[in-house]
Amino acid sequence: MYNGGKILLGIIVFVLFAAFPFYNNIGKVSAKPEPKLDTPVIQQLAEKKCVESKEFMKAEHMQLLNDWRDSAIREGKRIYVNSEGKEFRISLQNTCMNCHSNKKEFCDKCHNYAAVKPYCWTCHIEPKEKKS
Amino acid sequence: MSMDRRQFLKIAGSSTFLATIGIGAGWILSKPGDFLEASQFSQTKELLNAKQWAMVVDTRKFKTEEDYKKVVDACHRIHNVPNFDNPKDEVKWIWTDTYKHAFPGQENEFMPEQMKHKPFVLLCNHCENPPCVRVCPTKATFKRKDGITMQDLHRCIGCRYCMAACPFGARSFNYRDPRPFIKEPNPEYPSRMIGVVEKCTFCEERLAKGQMPACVEASNGALVFGDIADPKSEIRKILETNYTIRRKAELGTRPSVYYILEIPTSDISGGDSNA
Repeated sequence: MYNGGKILLGIIVFVLFAAFPFYNNIGKVSAKPEPKLDTPVIQQLAEKKCVESKEFMKAEHMQLLNDWRDSAIREGKRIYVNSEGKEFRISLQNTCMNCHSNKKEFCDKCHNYAAVKPYCWTCHIEPKEKKS
Repeated sequence: MSMDRRQFLKIAGSSTFLATIGIGAGWILSKPGDFLEASQFSQTKELLNAKQWAMVVDTRKFKTEEDYKKVVDACHRIHNVPNFDNPKDEVKWIWTDTYKHAFPGQENEFMPEQMKHKPFVLLCNHCENPPCVRVCPTKATFKRKDGITMQDLHRCIGCRYCMAACPFGARSFNYRDPRPFIKEPNPEYPSRMIGVVEKCTFCEERLAKGQMPACVEASNGALVFGDIADPKSEIRKILETNYTIRRKAELGTRPSVYYILEIPTSDISGGDSNA
């Protein structure tokens, strides 16, 4: 093999470089995101429940929001009847964020952890929060 | 190991069959549960419905500058319409312009001076045959069942075909991020982002709550809103008892905004003897 040493050295350097994020983070555990639910509106709810169950909202809220969006705007149907027959007005700003008025402690906690950047807030106006 | 043609085909065929079943089963299992299927969507109880919403602008009732301002401000305030200082960047849902610009081709040189300079309230005409809907490549703008030409800004890609197609200049493009230019954002309504086209929606979000459009509410009866397909509606009675014109009706877009013009009776009373 011509220039074997250089090639092997090159491969080793490349592997070390490419694997940097992995060995750099070994043993470091990022704190599990825990979105906060203690907003004044939620505290006053008799039954602390979202429009669907917690497990469903955790896994499917993005799909639910898409369905809400399409229903409200494209079909003009602005009432959501959940699996228990309860009715909710479809609105991100007026229904979701009415309870979850803590966007930084609720939405952003998991979205930052998962490095996802939903572009809801380029148009939708987030609730006013105290700067912490 | 040697394999003849027959054996090869057997193995290949059966493995393809099993793989197909596997993929099919996986697809069925990966579908979301029946959570969403148990739930459904419906219209609000207060919803005001129609076959074709329409508006009459009674220009006789617009007298002072304040009359125009309160109508425009009412709309722009609740819909978070930005106010850019540069007219090139202007975003507008409802605005005013002169007769010559509002009704081009119908102006003439010797018309009453007051008519020449009078501002006319202009807004999206919510055409029955809207050219903006026809050209939109993403169906972001579409015709609702109640006749409102609606936009889904989630889908708008900012190509501005609709702006080119609209003969009324009713559509505005967000050349800049509008957020910093909204003085008092209404927290109940979204704003827009840079790169989308926006216009009047006949306040469909207010109709869903059983309210009249914001401009109509602020106009003190100078704007009348109703279902033009309903012969018993107030708007039909107004159209039957008043002579109205529409903007550029000759283009065949069938606009739904009608204008009652002021006829200065004192000026023409001489020729109007048999009335």
